[in-house]
Amino acid sequence: MSKVSFNVNGTVRELDIDTRTTLLDALREHLNFTGTKKGCDHGQCGACTVIVDGRRINSCLSLAVMHQGDSIITIEGLGTPQNMHPMQAAFVKHDGYQCGYCTPGQICSAVAVLDEIKAGIPSHASDDLTALPQATATELRERMSGNICRCGAYSNIVDAITEVAGRRA
Amino acid sequence: MKSFTYERARSPAEAAAVAARVPSTKFIAGGTNLLDLMKLQIETPAHLVDVNGLALDKIESTTDGGLRLGALVRNTDLAADARVRRDYGVLSRALLAGASGQLRNKATTAGNLLQRTRCPYFYDTNQPCNKRQPGSGCAAIGGFSRQHAVIGASEACIATHPSDMAVAMRALDASVETVRPDGSARSIPIADFHRLPGDTPQIETTLAQGELITAVTLPRPLGGTHIYRKVRDRASYAFALISVAAVVQRDGSGRVALGGVAHKPWRLEAAEAELPRGAKAVTAALLADARTTPENAFKLPLVERTLGGVLAQTKG
Repeated sequence: MSKVSFNVNGTVRELDIDTRTTLLDALREHLNFTGTKKGCDHGQCGACTVIVDGRRINSCLSLAVMHQGDSIITIEGLGTPQNMHPMQAAFVKHDGYQCGYCTPGQICSAVAVLDEIKAGIPSHASDDLTALPQATATELRERMSGNICRCGAYSNIVDAITEVAGRRA
Repeated sequence: MKSFTYERARSPAEAAAVAARVPSTKFIAGGTNLLDLMKLQIETPAHLVDVNGLALDKIESTTDGGLRLGALVRNTDLAADARVRRDYGVLSRALLAGASGQLRNKATTAGNLLQRTRCPYFYDTNQPCNKRQPGSGCAAIGGFSRQHAVIGASEACIATHPSDMAVAMRALDASVETVRPDGSARSIPIADFHRLPGDTPQIETTLAQGELITAVTLPRPLGGTHIYRKVRDRASYAFALISVAAVVQRDGSGRVALGGVAHKPWRLEAAEAELPRGAKAVTAALLADARTTPENAFKLPLVERTLGGVLAQTKG
């Protein structure tokens, strides 16, 4: 067992947990933030994506005890059914899901993707490494490749992200 | 996952000393590969030393005009660094061709070098694997070997090294900086860092017990055109079937390293003399000692054609 404290969606939480507990299991099983989903549990599907200190990560491939002092945002911290984050609203508008299981991870990832583009971080799809990347469909598809959607809502997900990117610009 | 004890390292030398003293200790940084393997009980450390608190996350200029990349620099930050993008484009491109955005945000320079093979028989604990369980045999030999090594392999192991980053670093002649358990430092040329499998495929690098990577140093920029071309089964988020890292100068001279073909990034400096004669001649020299299976023989023409495409691109 090991003690750790971190901030989840604006509130500091303290845990005394088995060192083996992943951040994903700490969020879901110990703190009841069940919006974050466990898909493959091996970093291959992206369903567990959360935003830690401003960056998206696979919470299944991170130990909770390694997040001392971190600030974590889960899907519950982005918005609520009554007050949705613009990305959540865009996914609803564009039907960016079918079964919905990958959706919290898709939305957390998408929010962080737009921040990465804004910060000038290049991708495999960027033709010019030194130019500022743009939120084109090709860029979004490449940058979202760590989030698998078994229902195949990809084109609608790209539409949703494109709308939010346009709204920001 | 097997249970383990956990501590946060206070200094690189102390972390190395702990890892040499406490049996079955592993360093953990990004954890993206280690935790995956711990869940499968392929890695079963009894003690984890978390090195994330060590101040090894900077990219600094060296006195001879190169760059010193801290061991804990995240793959995202390394790929996005303005100096790396401008002067070492092949490295940026290789990093961006690997993994996913989420993984690159966690994965570190040192961890990327130390990641384990993705050989499916290494991952399947029901199968024999000399890398996972020395002496148990190799299920890949005579098994499904489409992804496996075509050169430098042995009767004990035909696994490939999965890193893209390391292939670019090999082309750039990087050095791996370490601290040893006695506190002394050393620098290992990347050519000598990864080992061929031989009859001890479980020993993948020349690091000693407890030795901790602190940085990777790049010599001063080479100039030229930097290209990393990766061929894989999906357009994104897949390991290489083969990859080519190339830095080519205006006069046609240059450097070529391959990924996906061997137990380590594959480069033969002598083969680069063939560059003026084109991709066929370079590939023939690079892969002269190749030994293929019916399933992975396609990698030879694939390397030649990919290199041909790369060389055509440098001529613009």
